Amino acid sequence: MIDLRAKIAASPPEVQAALLKDLAAEIRISVVEMIARAKLGHIGGDFSVTDIMTTLFFGVMKIDPKNPTWPERDRFILSKGHCSAALYSVLARLEFFPAALLKTFMAPLSPLNGHPNRLKVPGVEANTGPLGHGLPIAVGCAMAAKLAEQSWRTFVVLGDGELQEGSNWEAAMAASHRGLDNLVAVVDRNRLQQGAGTEETNRLEPLDEKWRSFGWDVVDINGHDHAALLEAFQPQATGRPRCVIAQTIKGKGVSFIENRAEWHHKVPSPEQVTAALEELAAR
Amino acid sequence: MTSIMDQETFDCRVAFADTLVALAKDDPRIVAVCNDSVGSSNLGAFGKLFPKRLINVGIAEQDMVGVAAGLANGGFIPFVSCASPFLTARALEQIKADVAYSQYPVILCGQSPGMSYGELGPTHHSIEDITLMRALSGMTILVPADPAQTEAAVRWAAQAGKPVFMRVGRFKVPSVSSAGAKFKVGVAECLREGKQATIIATGTLVSRALAAAESLAQDGVSVRVLNMATIEPLDKEAVLAAARETGHIVTVEEAIVRGGLGSAVAEVVVQNAPVPMRLLGVPHFAPTGSAAFLLDHFGLNAEGITKAVKDLLA
Repeated sequence: MIDLRAKIAASPPEVQAALLKDLAAEIRISVVEMIARAKLGHIGGDFSVTDIMTTLFFGVMKIDPKNPTWPERDRFILSKGHCSAALYSVLARLEFFPAALLKTFMAPLSPLNGHPNRLKVPGVEANTGPLGHGLPIAVGCAMAAKLAEQSWRTFVVLGDGELQEGSNWEAAMAASHRGLDNLVAVVDRNRLQQGAGTEETNRLEPLDEKWRSFGWDVVDINGHDHAALLEAFQPQATGRPRCVIAQTIKGKGVSFIENRAEWHHKVPSPEQVTAALEELAAR
Repeated sequence: MTSIMDQETFDCRVAFADTLVALAKDDPRIVAVCNDSVGSSNLGAFGKLFPKRLINVGIAEQDMVGVAAGLANGGFIPFVSCASPFLTARALEQIKADVAYSQYPVILCGQSPGMSYGELGPTHHSIEDITLMRALSGMTILVPADPAQTEAAVRWAAQAGKPVFMRVGRFKVPSVSSAGAKFKVGVAECLREGKQATIIATGTLVSRALAAAESLAQDGVSVRVLNMATIEPLDKEAVLAAARETGHIVTVEEAIVRGGLGSAVAEVVVQNAPVPMRLLGVPHFAPTGSAAFLLDHFGLNAEGITKAVKDLLA
């Protein structure tokens, strides 16, 4: 699907956004099918992060699915590793591995574990899962590019609830201290964590001010608006790392899943699967 | 013959830092990552020569280990240098997920391990590090006994291409490496032959094991001494040979006795060649005292090791 990436790159902005929107719908359908088959997964977070990941992988990042360890590739780290179904669907769509493998999601001995493993899945950079790990690793990647005087960039997607982990803020300090403007942290701001809202659990707001006070260049956008995402991911020579607060809806794309805490890792019934697929196909 | 305990002693951090500088001169991929520990890790010279390649993340150990994994992703060879308690306990989940499970070639250098911070107390001791690292699959664990082994361990780790934890000792030790001996990872070095028992020691306690063997020889007891500088992968052949040929084993380590060298040896012995054993180490959080005092306090000296061997043979 390198052709698809080339086509998107060559298109005017409004066409790019439309193509990415179609791709995101495909990815969500794939996620539903994987979770329905595995009877396991994190559908709410998969859906909130789908547009972000689709935009990065199809419209922004310098990658080569045929050479997944190309040293000058852009790095992508999914810190919220539980949203692996969305990541695997994107990687399969790009032919990092055969799409048929998606049918083994979380099946015994499948390389597609509930959380991604870089040694088993081409395109995965870090074995994430425990929260608060992705940003420090991404900071290390960005430091490596600076040290090696190379132009590749690093993108890391953080859950919003995960920002309650202190390790993120250790890394946030280090990134701005070192002026890592080759680093983009995307916060999937869906406002729900596993059990309840982020604000009632352990308040994150004012989130943009927090990142700014740590020395980051912050933009706050609609995380389902592909045009806005494309613009937010453009390289910035600000001397500061960029934080994209992507306002999202957990479960985005299927009305009965949207914005409900219980859909963090609830598995849809067969009837709900049918309804979800119909709704996604209609969009 | 003068006792080994009368010989000149060395701080292994010097060999560590000198070797790292020497390697870094030839290999631009080598970077040092630390947590405000430039001084205690002896990285001053490294920083002067390679200012960009000394990455001090400040007092932030979780970030430090994650950053090292990211640097490895970007093609660098990171030596993470940090006081062992804060490295192995504070950042344990990062070591597990970002380094061991991800198999990033990060070299974790536990500075001033064991009880070498003496009077600063158990918060600053790292008697647990060997046990914690042994629980992680895919982690090579090195405990060099002297400067020559420390240098060899650093050189090996730089080219190993996999996760390594090594202790870098602050407590001064005499040289125990036989002249011309090569440190081979995964191979125990037999420092003294013996027939009635084997003392398997590691790190700071190897010289004390040798002193015990000298003392026992004067009493007519013939004891083999193995320097087990690699805890993982353990030299099972040397352990089994010790069990079968000498019939008794005493293990000695400056670490908690639960899950360390003694446990590793016992796992091999009980399943293959059961023989009587004694496991010497630190039994619990230490009271106040210098490192030297505490080693004596817990019987981790020639006298204590000698007594353990005699008890075992009685």
